[in-house]
Amino acid sequence: MSAADRTAGLARPDDPLRDVARAHRPFPWGRVALWAVVLVFVADFALLVAGNESFGWPVVFRYLFDPVVLQGLSVTLILTVVAMTLGVALGLPIAIARMSDDKLLGGLAWIFVWFFRGTPLLVQLIILYNLSFLFPQLSISVPFGPTLLSWNTNDVITPLTAAILGLALNEAAYMAEIIRAGLLSVERGQIETAESFGMSRGRTLRRIVLPQAMRAIVPPTGNQLISMIKGTSLVSVIAMSDLLYSVQSIYNRTFEVIPLLLVAVIWYLAITSILNVVQSRIERYYGRGHDRAAVAADLPQEAK
Amino acid sequence: MMATPKTRNDAAPLLRARDVHKAFGPNEVLKGIDLDVMPGEVVAVLGPSGSGKSTFLRCINRLETIDRGFIEVDGAQIGYKLQGDRLTELTHAEIARQRRHIGMVFQQFNLYPHMTVLQNVTEAPIGVHGRPRAQAVAEARALLERVGMSHKESAYPRQLSGGQQQRVAIARALAIQPRLMLFDEPTSALDPELVGEVLATMRDLAGQGLTMIVVTHEIGFAQEAADRVVFMDGGVVVEQGPPGEVLVNPQHLRTRAFLGRFIN
Repeated sequence: MSAADRTAGLARPDDPLRDVARAHRPFPWGRVALWAVVLVFVADFALLVAGNESFGWPVVFRYLFDPVVLQGLSVTLILTVVAMTLGVALGLPIAIARMSDDKLLGGLAWIFVWFFRGTPLLVQLIILYNLSFLFPQLSISVPFGPTLLSWNTNDVITPLTAAILGLALNEAAYMAEIIRAGLLSVERGQIETAESFGMSRGRTLRRIVLPQAMRAIVPPTGNQLISMIKGTSLVSVIAMSDLLYSVQSIYNRTFEVIPLLLVAVIWYLAITSILNVVQSRIERYYGRGHDRAAVAADLPQEAK
Repeated sequence: MMATPKTRNDAAPLLRARDVHKAFGPNEVLKGIDLDVMPGEVVAVLGPSGSGKSTFLRCINRLETIDRGFIEVDGAQIGYKLQGDRLTELTHAEIARQRRHIGMVFQQFNLYPHMTVLQNVTEAPIGVHGRPRAQAVAEARALLERVGMSHKESAYPRQLSGGQQQRVAIARALAIQPRLMLFDEPTSALDPELVGEVLATMRDLAGQGLTMIVVTHEIGFAQEAADRVVFMDGGVVVEQGPPGEVLVNPQHLRTRAFLGRFIN
């Protein structure tokens, strides 16, 4: 000990004043100053927005719960939920098909993803809506054989079915790639272990692979869901009265363009905020057993 | 089933491997392995890295396919069936059925990270063997007790040390009531101070008449717990026999060279 004391020079290790347990942190003057400046700017901007007549806040609040707007909101929500559910349900088998050793199955899945990801959603919606131009009759028949059932295309393809079909097929292509990435992220050893215990392929996927893949699948899926909510506004081109379409129909009459767009903005933000909360719950669930990941999932909330 | 007494050694072999060949591309890993393992026997497979011992172990439960030869466990040819004079590959579901009573312990433990210790152990008994949940849980608790891990049944694998994870992995493999247990270098991924607890668990199993094939670098374990030592090098079995002979007085130059590294 005495040799160590000597080499330590002026700082003597046995000096109780030098025990780091009693150390103070310097007051963060720089950060406090920065906070003050930023908050002043934010407050000024908030007052500017709140006090600006052009924003038309009274108009915004008058139309926020207008029946037409709420009707549009419900269309947007229904389209999102149905198209997303179908997209995920279709995306999973496509992802599995793309990963299979079977060349035909893999090829078909690849072509599906290639087409629906590679062309604009707007074009897909318009083509689907005008399907009767290409195929006047839709029928179930034996290939190259007799027809069993047949419908008039225009009876089947309404704006609603065209919108759901278009959004779902497009979503399925993106979800297939997200799910495939998730499945690939699971260690090969996990699949081997499940197999060595005599688990069937289905059970291995359901019990071992998918729950682990979910950690990688959920965050980009949240992303997809949020772009889907906004993407549904594209269906206004085929005369579906979604949220955006309904505020447009009002301001085309009243010319209060900005206030009504603000109504839409408020609703879009409200939905995505709820979804953010739901997403972090789901992430925490699938992060169980991954201590660090669970902590990371909590971080964004603490930072706010 | 685990209490198969060693006096039954005159019975039919539990494992029969004949002329097993396996190549990964141009790289021939197994060049004709012959091995019989009797019920209740503990066989330690030693050999330098790349000798093909892990590959051979993985062929036994068909995690790897073989190119030539024959492997049989408990009277059933692994991976194929003979119909008349046609030998047909089994489907995935049929192979899964063959694996139901072959337990395996991996070098990297491979516990399911999203399940608790207890769920890891009950997963196959409930999901593959259709055992009632209450019974599977009771059996799993007894097994965890046996490997000294019952106090951690609701922990997740990542919260355990390597040695603890491997003991849970052993309990998980025992839970399917295996007729044959395969250990693929079970202590190679462990810190030196954790090797002992896993070897103690394995020694305990060996003493209870479980049929075990252990690929290992632990000469001490082979000496104490194995009935037979098989030394592999370059994809063939170089020599085999009781540990007292192979480890003490090896007949082949390659065995001597390999063991020399451990003795010095």
